[in-house]
Amino acid sequence: MRRNLIFVLMSIEIMLNGTGVAFVAAGSRWGQPDGQIMFLFILAMAAAEVSVGLALLLRFYHLHRNLDADAADEMRG
Amino acid sequence: MIGLLWLIPAIPFASALALAVLRFSRKQVAWIAVGATAASTVVSVLVTMAFLSAPPVAHAYTQVLWTWIDVGGFRPELAFYLDPLSLIMTLVVAFVSFLIHLYSTEFMIDDDGYSRFFAYMNLFVASMLTLLLANNLLLLYLGWEGVGLCSYLLIGFWYRDPANGAAGRKAFVLTRIGDTAMVIGLFLLFHDLGTLQIQELMLRASHNWHIGSPAAVAAALLLLGGAVGKSAQLPLQTWLPDAMAGPTPVSALIHAATMVTAGVYLIARTHVLYSLAPAAQFAVALVGAATLLIAGFSALTQWDLKRVLAYSTMSQIGYMFLALGVGAWPAAIFHFVTHAFFKALLFLAAGIVIEALHDEHNIFRMGGLRTRLPVAFWTFLIAGCSLAGLPLITAGAFSKDWIIWGAWSGPNGSAGLWIVALAGVMLTTLYTFRMIFLVFFGEARSEVTKRPGKVMLIPCFVLAFLSIVSGYVKTPFARFLETVLPWTEGAHSVPITELASEVIAALVFLMGVYLAYIFFLRKRAYAAALASSVAGSALHQFWFSDWGMDWLYDRLFVKPLVWFARINKGDFIDGFYTGIARMNELAWRILSRTETGRLRWYAAGIAAGSVVFIAVVLFL
Amino acid sequence: MEVAFYIAAIVAIVSTVLTITRLNVVHALLYLIVSLLAVAVVFYTMGAPLVAALEVIIYAGAIMVLFVFVVMMLNLGKRAAIIEGQWMQGNIWVGPVLLSAVLIAEVVYLILRARLTETAGGVVDPKQVGLALYGPYLIGVELSSMLLLGALVGACHLGRPVFEKAEGRYDRNSDGARPHSGGNLIRARARRPSDAP
Repeated sequence: MRRNLIFVLMSIEIMLNGTGVAFVAAGSRWGQPDGQIMFLFILAMAAAEVSVGLALLLRFYHLHRNLDADAADEMRG
Repeated sequence: MIGLLWLIPAIPFASALALAVLRFSRKQVAWIAVGATAASTVVSVLVTMAFLSAPPVAHAYTQVLWTWIDVGGFRPELAFYLDPLSLIMTLVVAFVSFLIHLYSTEFMIDDDGYSRFFAYMNLFVASMLTLLLANNLLLLYLGWEGVGLCSYLLIGFWYRDPANGAAGRKAFVLTRIGDTAMVIGLFLLFHDLGTLQIQELMLRASHNWHIGSPAAVAAALLLLGGAVGKSAQLPLQTWLPDAMAGPTPVSALIHAATMVTAGVYLIARTHVLYSLAPAAQFAVALVGAATLLIAGFSALTQWDLKRVLAYSTMSQIGYMFLALGVGAWPAAIFHFVTHAFFKALLFLAAGIVIEALHDEHNIFRMGGLRTRLPVAFWTFLIAGCSLAGLPLITAGAFSKDWIIWGAWSGPNGSAGLWIVALAGVMLTTLYTFRMIFLVFFGEARSEVTKRPGKVMLIPCFVLAFLSIVSGYVKTPFARFLETVLPWTEGAHSVPITELASEVIAALVFLMGVYLAYIFFLRKRAYAAALASSVAGSALHQFWFSDWGMDWLYDRLFVKPLVWFARINKGDFIDGFYTGIARMNELAWRILSRTETGRLRWYAAGIAAGSVVFIAVVLFL
Repeated sequence: MEVAFYIAAIVAIVSTVLTITRLNVVHALLYLIVSLLAVAVVFYTMGAPLVAALEVIIYAGAIMVLFVFVVMMLNLGKRAAIIEGQWMQGNIWVGPVLLSAVLIAEVVYLILRARLTETAGGVVDPKQVGLALYGPYLIGVELSSMLLLGALVGACHLGRPVFEKAEGRYDRNSDGARPHSGGNLIRARARRPSDAP
């Protein structure tokens, strides 16, 4: 896993994109709009998640002065 | 008046409760405890007078209080039964308890557990009286267990010393073995005859069982087992010498006069059963004869004053068992009465001596107390003579001669038993006068630090008086008991007359006194030389350790049981449960590794979890 | 048409792989944008013009731009690249590769199990999509609007300027560096001409 939080968020976007491809492909195989509608919802969700995630990232940066994911290890034990 | 019967056990019981629950000052405790036993005695006397003046039907009075259990035909009641046997024993027990309680108020005055002591003592008296007055065997067993409990509590009274607790435990365990036998006997009796009410039981037994029937023999032997445990006879006698760890009044009351005679009472009460089982009755006689010899030899070697008296008690109860075994029932009861008086007196006087020499128990360190503790000396001497059987003057002689005569002429008697009884007289005389000469004569070896007070001396005087005069009531005694315990004079034809037997016994007594005089007063060197010879010291060791019984029981029972318990600690059932616990611990250890607190680890966990989930959905 | 599909697919895969192996954040982001555009082309060849357009507009156009803005704001620079180089070692790929292998196996299994027939091939109009969206999937629309509202409020709150007083508490953990966004605002406001002594 990458330690930089930006890369983590980017990887999430890649994953979402991938599932969207699967959905659209399935929808086009059967010739129905349902796949595209699913992709639409995934898109909306990705947008929401990105905005909140980046805001959290900024807060994280303020707190720890770096973007190391290991710096957030306060849940010990 | 006779309806006051139930008060006899009830008053001490109430007093025991009060002393256990409430707090009183020392003086109040003394008054309550002694007062309870005094009241019990007074009521016994009143009941006796009522009984004598207006004897009830068939010389037996039953007072039913309530029904205890009522289950499928089994209906034991809480009922008291008064007939000449229980009357005599109740009188003696109540009176002797009163005297000993009086003595203890001064003896235990310095002790912390004053009220605890008297609570236990009163509870003991209540249980013993319940036992004696019980109408049915279940109530008798209740009293039986009660006296066993109090004996345990009182032996281990000074509980801070673990040795006392161990002695109490030993007593309890050994009497428990006897109690178990007795309970099985009770089960047998109920199973075969359908009742535990004593008179009814005896009636049915004589109807249903012929003489020598196996059921009767089995029941009688089992009851004998119980009696043997409680009365410290062979083979369950090893607890009595160790029970001397308790305070001296306890030894006087419980282990001399009352509890240890409970076995005698049981056999006398159920004598019909024993008449139906001659084999069992012979066993009783054998047990008595063997014990009286063994205990006599052991008593010769002891150096602790109280232990000599303990073995002496064992031996005298052996005499009582012997009497029961040969069919001389009233002789056994008569000996019980006289024994209660002189043995209690011996213990009380011994208590005075031990206290006076500041807790010195070793008779070889005493001496010359004749002049310094005169009261103790004279009372001890009187009691000792009664024990050994000084003819014509002391009561013990009368009762013992009756037994010796009965050993030959009684229904089951034989010449062999007569000789054993005479040998017992020799031994008794030897060890008694050994005690007397070593403790009271010779030069002084310890200092007298405490003199007894009046309260301690009065019971001694009373008991000494009784030790002398109680022998003279032999004939009216026998006649009184005839309704309960029949005694056929001269059932056997024997070559000598009763008078001749008594004379021979007296001669044996005198020879014993002379031998004791030689060995223990005049030429102590002889005794020392005998004891240190090879055979002598081996015998001495053997007799000292109670004929090796303790060692035998330890090897035979205690060690295997402990070994088995130890290897059983890791048994597989236990292993199963500890295995569960250990598996839990293992799971915990593994799972706690996943709580690392690292963010990336948790994210990876989520990812891996979802992959696994998808796989499960797809493939299963 | 088939050729365009295959070319765009290869481009998408390659650029995604490059994204996750770059050390520089900005480079990775740019590669990601390329990947997204390629995926849009894939969509178009599959006969879904609407989502192709949406992919470009929203995903590559809004979300990635957001990422770029944030990266620029953070101003990570060369030092970050060096640190990334230290962190990027061989053994961190083991776990992810394993998990991905499992997933790929599952997908391949699924594909092979299903009967492989020709695609229907038809283009799905935006009109069709719209009808389906405001027909059976209406509730999804409403829910996603609520989701977006929640995201909006959350991002608004989290992105607020951080005041200096509260910041002092947090700053004990880090090396005492001062906040650079909200504090100036306060200080700027405090220094009014009328307040000068």
